[in-house]
Amino acid sequence: MTTRTDYIRPLDFKQGRVDMNHGAGGRASLQLIEELFARAFDNPALREGNDGAVLDVPPGHRLVMATDGHVISPLFFPGGDIGCLSVHGTVNDVAMMGATPTALSASFILEEGFPLADLKRIVESMAAAAREAGVPIVTGDTKVVEQGHGDGVFISTTGLGLLPAGRNIGGANARPGDVVLVSGTLGDHGVAVLSQRESLAFDSEVVSDTAALHTLVAALLAAVPEGAVRTLRDPTRGGLATTLNEIARQSGVGMMLDEALLPIQPQVDAACELLGLDVLYLANEGKLIAIVAPEVADTALATLRAHPLGAKAARIGTVQEDPHHFVQMRTRFGGQRVVDWLSGEPLPRIC
Amino acid sequence: MKYVDEFRDGALAQQIGARIRAEAQPGRDYRFMEFCGGHTHAIARYGVAELLPPHLRMIHGPGCPVCVLPIGRIDQAIGLALERGAIVCTYGDTMRVPASPWRAGPLPNARDPLGGPDAQRQVRGLQDSGLSMMKAKARGADIRMVYSAADALKIARQHPEREVVFFAIGFETTTPPTALVVKQAAQEGLKNFSVLCCHVLTPGAIAHILDAPEAQQWGDAVALDGFVGPAHVSIVIGSAPYEAFARDYRKPVVIAGFEPLDVMQAILMLVRQVNEGRAEVENEFTRAVSREGNHAAQAVVAEVLELRESFEWRGLGEVAYSALRLKPAYAAFDAEKRFGLNYRPVADHKQCECGAILRGVKRPTDCKLFGTVCTPDNPMGSCMVSSEGACAAHYAYGRFRDMAPPRSLPVAAPRGGSGSGPAEPDPRQSPELGTCGACSAPNQIPT
Repeated sequence: MTTRTDYIRPLDFKQGRVDMNHGAGGRASLQLIEELFARAFDNPALREGNDGAVLDVPPGHRLVMATDGHVISPLFFPGGDIGCLSVHGTVNDVAMMGATPTALSASFILEEGFPLADLKRIVESMAAAAREAGVPIVTGDTKVVEQGHGDGVFISTTGLGLLPAGRNIGGANARPGDVVLVSGTLGDHGVAVLSQRESLAFDSEVVSDTAALHTLVAALLAAVPEGAVRTLRDPTRGGLATTLNEIARQSGVGMMLDEALLPIQPQVDAACELLGLDVLYLANEGKLIAIVAPEVADTALATLRAHPLGAKAARIGTVQEDPHHFVQMRTRFGGQRVVDWLSGEPLPRIC
Repeated sequence: MKYVDEFRDGALAQQIGARIRAEAQPGRDYRFMEFCGGHTHAIARYGVAELLPPHLRMIHGPGCPVCVLPIGRIDQAIGLALERGAIVCTYGDTMRVPASPWRAGPLPNARDPLGGPDAQRQVRGLQDSGLSMMKAKARGADIRMVYSAADALKIARQHPEREVVFFAIGFETTTPPTALVVKQAAQEGLKNFSVLCCHVLTPGAIAHILDAPEAQQWGDAVALDGFVGPAHVSIVIGSAPYEAFARDYRKPVVIAGFEPLDVMQAILMLVRQVNEGRAEVENEFTRAVSREGNHAAQAVVAEVLELRESFEWRGLGEVAYSALRLKPAYAAFDAEKRFGLNYRPVADHKQCECGAILRGVKRPTDCKLFGTVCTPDNPMGSCMVSSEGACAAHYAYGRFRDMAPPRSLPVAAPRGGSGSGPAEPDPRQSPELGTCGACSAPNQIPT
């Protein structure tokens, strides 16, 4: 990394704030990049300082590309922040295709006046998440918008991954008879974030589950024959319900879940009761849904459970023929209901 | 979850279901109205209908506070935000209720201190149709979702330079907090806080349904054999106010909690009353409801609010003595007086059957708009908005019953209920659903 020493003074990461100059492309922009982003994300491709990064694609592989915009309030929440979330989210999107994530780009839209201390905290969290995942941030961009035109920080990340030739994992592959697995407890991220909303602050021990799942995916794919894992998806925004509805529609199938088998932390259940929300629609940031062939279901479940990120994995339902593509659920109560798409934003009920 | 899971015990539900089926006499129909939206939600979400016999029909009543909110009142709230520049605070599920097409008309007076140039610019673009508070917010109205009346008061304190209006809706449950914040605002001498009071009362609506012309005109179409009485409302007002209905209309009322086992137990108690020819008020929800209710809550409401002679309910029209307004002593905090609002009733969409559905005359699937142009994503009528609405509950949780069952599916057969699918053997008659002696006495819910 080129070390510049000709800035009048280093960035003040205690009291300083983002100003319009930081996004103007001049010396102030360069200083922000050098003293914050480049130091935190340091890797050979980024060190080149070019407009883009050159990456090798090994023979016999295809590229997978995924992109994600991150807008979250509050920016810091129990168990994480927008920084690590922006790494995990995109790593997971690439991993859900069955690919090995290899590189990320990051684009920041900063609001004028945003404290540099908070930005540093976010960037360092991002860097730590990328290091831990082994996926470098190799290129990026920074823009600053006027105060009142942003919400502190927006981060967009794009991920590239390598997919072995012949591997086909996708939302359209679920078949009747397949088994639906989930890698752990549901709704943790949603409740952790809600508990910190200014208007809704309540005491909760629930922390976000935000995590990079590519090693979990790798373990699963290694444990079963090629083709036995039909679909992988992380149930983020919209939760389990929306994700399963997406898959049901893509694959032209229905699903039947068993409510009694859904792994849910008691604290999350209680928070949902309090707020009148349905855990099935709450976001998860460190969980995956795997739809697998019935003959490998036990092996797949055992493999997920053997991994630290899948310790509470569960078999929650089956794929079935259904021309209406309904996701349904047998309730713990002995009844049956549709598990519908999310309509709009989940809103608390009045009574 | 302690104190919750006990009320969602599937095995006990099967037992109570078996007892209901055993005691519901063949050749006789049972039609019970669950007045409260919370009960509608519980019945749909937990699939309670699956456990009931085909000749026992649950009719969704007008007890969803969002569903009964007339368009004209939402228009008033939107108008305050868009035309008068006020911060309007509202409970979350009110945000999506469809309002009327925004009326073209004279722009707000430029000299009006509440309608500045920004408000005028916003209004100019609003000649289109189909506003809601959420859509109005996207057009620049300062509408904020709050979780309590106290949050609205907090916003008023934070913005002394702005008019802050709390759009107060709901039944007796949400009324005491509204009365309390008005009292607090008066004590603090807040000059910028007011309440658009749309609180409604349960007894007036029940009487209205029982007195409805259809009840006499169409006979069996809306005949009701009893009510599952409200849960949270009854915590506030007690069980005594329902005694007149039981006595005068000969309708049994069983007050029930919102947990699915509560609802099932209440249904069993209603079946028994009907079988025995009794019409009494019984209280399944004894762990929270007393005969007299919450005196402190009643006192603060009585101090701040008074009865309106009449109030429009969506679907029910004008209902006498069924709503509240602020007393003259608190007129300074009454948004209707403060802003000189005149109420303008607005008709529902011509094909919308919300009115008939709220009165129990029609089922959601009887409405031509249901599931076609009217869905939770694009609600035309109020019953499709809140998850407690009859249409939204059926759409979100129960519409599989309207479809032909998929092949190779071991699912429950379509019900008579609101479905129209082909008949199949009723799985609820399966041998494992035997009767249970433990459920023969009322109130077997573990407490």
